[in-house]
Parts: sequence; structure tokens; C-alpha cells
Amino acid sequence: MKKLLTFALAAILAVGCCFGIVSCGNTSSGDTEKPYNGIVKVENLADIKVGLICLHGESSTYDKNFIDAFNAACTAKGVKSVTKVDIPESSACYDAAADLVDQGCNIIFADSFGHEEHMLKAAKEFPEVQFCHATGTYAHTEKRGNFHNAFASIYEGRYLAGIAGGMKLKEMIENNQLKPENYDANGNVKVGYVGAWTYAEVISGFTSWFLGVRSIVPNVVMDVQFTGSWYDETAEKTAAELLINEKHCALISQHADSMGAPTACETAGVPNVSYNGSTATACPKTFVASSRINWQPYFEYIIDCVNKGEEISVDYCAGIGSTWSNGSVALTDLGTAAATGTQEAIDAAIAELKAGTLKVFDLSKFKVDGNALADDFKADVDTDAQFTADTVVIKTAGDIKYFAESEFRSAPYFGLKIDGITYLNEKY
Amino acid sequence: MANKIVNEPLFHIAKRGNLPLWKAILIRGGAIVGAILFSAILCGIVFGKNPIKIIGYLFDGILGTERRIWLLIRDTALLLGVGLALVPAFKMKFWNLGGNGQILMGALIAVAIMRSNIGKNNVLVANILMLIGSMAIGAIWAAIPAIFKAFFKTNESLFTLMMNYIASGIVAYFLSVWSVNGTGVLGQVKTGHLPVVLNAHLLTIIVVAVLTAIMHVYMKHCKQGYELSVVGESENTAKYIGVNVKKVIIRTLAISGAICGIIGLLLAGSIDHSINEQTANNMGFTAIMVAWLAKFNPLMMILSSLLIAFLTRGMGQVQTECNIANDAVANLVVGIVYFIIIGCEFFISYQLKFKKGKNSKESSNKSKQKTVKERD
Repeated sequence: MKKLLTFALAAILAVGCCFGIVSCGNTSSGDTEKPYNGIVKVENLADIKVGLICLHGESSTYDKNFIDAFNAACTAKGVKSVTKVDIPESSACYDAAADLVDQGCNIIFADSFGHEEHMLKAAKEFPEVQFCHATGTYAHTEKRGNFHNAFASIYEGRYLAGIAGGMKLKEMIENNQLKPENYDANGNVKVGYVGAWTYAEVISGFTSWFLGVRSIVPNVVMDVQFTGSWYDETAEKTAAELLINEKHCALISQHADSMGAPTACETAGVPNVSYNGSTATACPKTFVASSRINWQPYFEYIIDCVNKGEEISVDYCAGIGSTWSNGSVALTDLGTAAATGTQEAIDAAIAELKAGTLKVFDLSKFKVDGNALADDFKADVDTDAQFTADTVVIKTAGDIKYFAESEFRSAPYFGLKIDGITYLNEKY
Repeated sequence: MANKIVNEPLFHIAKRGNLPLWKAILIRGGAIVGAILFSAILCGIVFGKNPIKIIGYLFDGILGTERRIWLLIRDTALLLGVGLALVPAFKMKFWNLGGNGQILMGALIAVAIMRSNIGKNNVLVANILMLIGSMAIGAIWAAIPAIFKAFFKTNESLFTLMMNYIASGIVAYFLSVWSVNGTGVLGQVKTGHLPVVLNAHLLTIIVVAVLTAIMHVYMKHCKQGYELSVVGESENTAKYIGVNVKKVIIRTLAISGAICGIIGLLLAGSIDHSINEQTANNMGFTAIMVAWLAKFNPLMMILSSLLIAFLTRGMGQVQTECNIANDAVANLVVGIVYFIIIGCEFFISYQLKFKKGKNSKESSNKSKQKTVKERD
């Protein structure tokens, strides 16, 4: 025992000495912030090199969506490209970004939420390179000239996919395909949703989807089961099965990246509205519709910015209703399971969104704890240590008062639990 | 006198005597070079590129820039560190498959202290607490299966493996508590970092170098190192010569876990400044190969961990250069290289003796069967 103690102490001392010696000469390196002197213009498109950092490879539908758009944009513009896949959300992301700088990239794009801080660190160290990050929240408050966030107002796409789901539900009701257990005690039809995390991006997504369904079928309620992971095929499948078999939901949608929920729906024969891409091939009987973000316009936009020497938008958000209307929010082709008239209903909604006569988060369309939101309702838009609501997000357009999602920053911040939606679990 | 056909196998396997060192090195070196050439050709076919270019990418990926060289050395050091943790346990024939969990727990304690008020107010005290805390929790995490093994003869492989899942569950729980926005992503902790030596990598390298030296001395020149190898060879012998087997098992695993804890500390305190469920990066498993290839010799493990870090980083670069967004091929190639290298270990320990026809002079080398005269 004495020997063990001696050994442990010796080890602690030895390692401790190392720390001690070096802490004397310690200067805070690594956080060296170099001033930003404006975007470096590259006149010849062929001289531009763009780097892409992905959390996973093509096997993830989320990353594949980025990789395909990236390759399409780089080919269309004739620029050089480098793709690094399987980069974890750790210092490995900074290492990858720095390595891409060494390889001469002019723009570096990272696709996962947890990459953000590491990208920001690289942006501060390499002012001559532009750093763009999808789904992040820091750019509008950090005000670092070569660091940018990007998203699309995907809640509009979710709303449209919700309309497709609603049309299907309406068809099922009209054809008497619903069983008594598909209704709750108050006569509302039950639909279900498999969510990843209790995070604004997910909440905003399912709320807009639910509002889309409710715009077609007014008496509808929704159960949400969270998995606590962005990609967990088993958990997503189990969650969908729970919603189908125990909660008797007549329609399922999901925000998670695996095929878990769609497969469970196909097996049970329950219609499914997908996300990030069509599941028509794998689930021909039950696939209704799917919304996704098309990143190609954004990739082309940032390449053009470098080519023309124009600063990239700090916080880019393209959508149907906004001025950036360029196809960033996309719907896939409807599945064979979709009801007749679905396309017409969607087209009508798109026209209204474009005209501004329809707002997804119209305050008259939803209530929280029995009340509509107040005119001075605040949301947590600025990411800081407090995590408190800091910005009034209610706007008025014509005679519509609405929650202005993705207008104060690109990443969603609608995190409210509206009436009609029940969380089956909230532990995440 | 009758003729009888005797079937002799084409070859048989025999244990080799002591192979001269130069021969062993030649076989190993040849296997590595052969494996890399083979995988380059395979990649060349799959990716449609010139195999020579593939080898170029492989080396460019690790030596191309100063940054890449640093990363290679750092990754080598981390793998080596975990390998060092496994050495005493494996030498004792205690299959510690719980490296991942021990690393994660070490990292978790380090992050907890970094985030606390101590980390915010007094970096030095925080660092010392982190060191003690990470080593202690790593030691505890490894000692739990050891206690069960020592007293109840439970299976340590399964037990340590299960401890990994418990550790990652605990980390997931703390992530959900700590990350206020509900994404399960913990941002970088700004306080309580371990000191920076020159750059973000050198501290890790120094610590592992010191650990390597200590482990070498411990295994070669310490009584404890001898005791644990006796326990590994035969528990009864150990008992007979008066070794307290239970104590040795628990003590050795505590040391093993403590070293994993230090690696976790380095990952959390010096490299990532954060934690997630993948922080251990499966090094607890990869390091098994590091230790095994080097026959548990800490100094040889420098080479084996370098080889594995080289392959992983290099193949990453090949994949990037070939613009392949699917890591299946890279993983396949790394697997093939490992397979060949492990295979070559077989040929170092054993040799194939092809039939030479010693039994009978009239046998023909070409025929697979031969005729011998049988005495009546």
C-alpha cells in the first residue's frame, strides 16, 4: 500500500511539475485575434477554393444534403473544392478548418451546430479566409467580419409539408379510414412527431408542421416524443412505434436524420411526412411529402461574394416569403400516398406566403396556455451566458400580427409549447 | 510388400525458434510496406486514381504541413497514453476493455472543475484538482470491475465494456444538464484550462513522454511490475510465492484507470476544452492494438501508436483528396492493413513447413500424394 501511495504521489509530482514549469512561461496563445480587413477578392473563379466540413459522411441524410448541394454549386461555378467528412464537434473541427486554410481555401463551410465555436476561433486567427456556418447563432452578436451564420426559413417548408399531411388526414377522415382510437376524448385526431432535442430548431419545425396540418384539419392534436440524439435509428424507430401503437397517431412526421421513423411507419402502414429528403424509394406505401433546405443557392452566393469582393451577409436566411426567395426552401415530389389536391393546396399557400398574406406563426392561429402571445413578447435571440429572452419578436404585416421567426437571426428561436401539442418526454 | 498411398498435408505449422531480430524487423517492415502498397493499389482501383499518387496523399496527409506533423505526434501521444494504461492490465491477463469509459469519466471530472467557481477563480488550484480528480475517477472506474473480478471472479471483459456505456450515459446526462439551450452540445469551457506549452499539442506530448518513461521503469524494474506479470502467468504461482493476488489485481487496474483518467484530463483540459460522448474517440479499443502489436513493451508502443495514427490521419487525407464523402473505403483499407500486420505476427512466431518428401526418397515433389513402401 505504501508503495502504491509512493507511486501515485511520484506520478502526481512528475506531471504536476510539468504543469508547474510550463505555467510560468504561459502566454495565452491560441486566442490570438487578428483584425479583419475586408473580404479578399478573387477575380478568377477557377482560383477560388472552397472547403466543406461535415459531421458525418454521405450515410447521414443531413450531411448528404450539404455534400450534394456543395458539389453541385462548386461544379456549376467551376471552383476548386475540398470536402472533409466525419469531423467531430470538438477541436478536431478547428484543426480541420486550419488545415483547409493551409491548403489555400478562400471559404470554409461547416455543417453542424457544435462546429460553431471552433469555426469562430479559426475565423479570428485567419482573417483572410471567410468562415460560414450552418445553423449557428453567434455571428450577429460576435460581429466578426469573416464569420457568418446561415439557415433557411425552413419553418415555411415544414408548414407546406404539414399541409400535405393535413390533406392526407382529411382524405382518411372522409374515407372513414380512421379508427375510434385515433381520436382523443375531445374528438380531435391524433398525430405524432419524433423530435431530436427539445431545442428551438426542432420545436419551431414541429410547431410549423402542426400548424400546417391544422390549417387543413382544424380538430387535430399532436404528441411529440424526443430521442435526445440527431441520429439514432433505433431510438427514432422505437419512438415512432410508441406513437403508432400506444398513442394511436394517424399520421407521423419527424425531425431526426435516420430512416428509423419512416421505416416504422412503412411497416405499420401509417402515412409519414419526412424531412431532409424523399423516402419514397424505401417507403413507397406511406411516404407523403418531405421538405428540405436546398443549400446550393447559398454555396453559390458565397462563391459569388468572394468572386466580386462583396462582403458575405452576416446572418443569411433564405425563404419563400422573404426577399431572398431563391429556392432555398424546397419540397420534394409528393409521394404516391399523398391525397389528391395536395399540390394545389401547397401552391396556393406558397402564393400567399410570397404575397405576405399568410404568416406561419400568425398570432391568431395558435395559443400558449390558453392565451395569444402579447405584442411585446420576447425570445432568446442573442446567444449569451444568460439564456434569457432579449428581443421583441412580434411584428405586424398588414393586419396580421405574427411571431417573426428567423428574421432577427437565421437560426430558429421559436421555442414555445403551443396548445394542442403534448410532449411525451421532456428530459432532454 | 504393398504400396500404400499416404496423404501428407501440403504444409504444416511449426513454432519458430528464436528469430533473429533483423529478420523479425524485416518481416514486420515488409508487412507494413506490403500492406500500404496493397491498399494503395486497392484505393487506386476503387477511386480510379494512380496508386503512386495515393501513397503521395497518404504521406502528404501527415507530413504536408507543420500543423499536420504536430497533429500526428499529438494523436500518436494520445494513443500511446491509452496503450500505456492497458499495458499493466493486459500483462496481468486482465482484459481491460473499459478504456473509453475511464477516459470519459476523467474528462467529465476535468470539465466539471473547469466550469466550477474554482476553475473561474484559481486556475492553478483547479488544474491540480483536475489532475487528482481525473486520476481518481479513472482509477475508481477501472477498480470496480477489478474488485468484482478479485472477489467474485466476474468476467472482466464484459464488466469493463459495460462500464463504458454507463460512463457515456453519465456524460450524456451532464451534457443535457449543462447545455442550457437544449441541443446537448456543450460549448467550450472558457476557464480552468491546462497551461499552454508553446502550442495546443506539446503539453500532451510531454505528459505522455513522462508516462512512457514511468511505465517502462514500473514494468521492468519495479517489484509491482514483476508481481503483476506473475499473476498474469499463473495465479497459483503468485499465491505460492506470497503475492496477494486480489490486491495486485485491484492496484494494477487502479493504475490503468488512472492513466486513462489523465488522457481524459488532457483531452478535456488541454485539447477540446469541452466534452461530448465521443470525446474518447474509441481510443480505448484502438489502443488494444497499440499494446498488442508492441507486445506490451512501452518503448515499442511508440512505434505501434505512430503507425496507427499515421494510417488513420493519412487515409483521411486520401479520402479528402479523392473527394470521397463516404468513409467506408478508408475504413476498409485501414482494416486490411491491420489485418496484414497482425497476420505477419503469426509468421514471426510460427513457420510454415512445406512438405519436402523427407519420408521417402522416391517421392515426387510435384505430386500431392506420394507412395511409400509399407513393410508387411
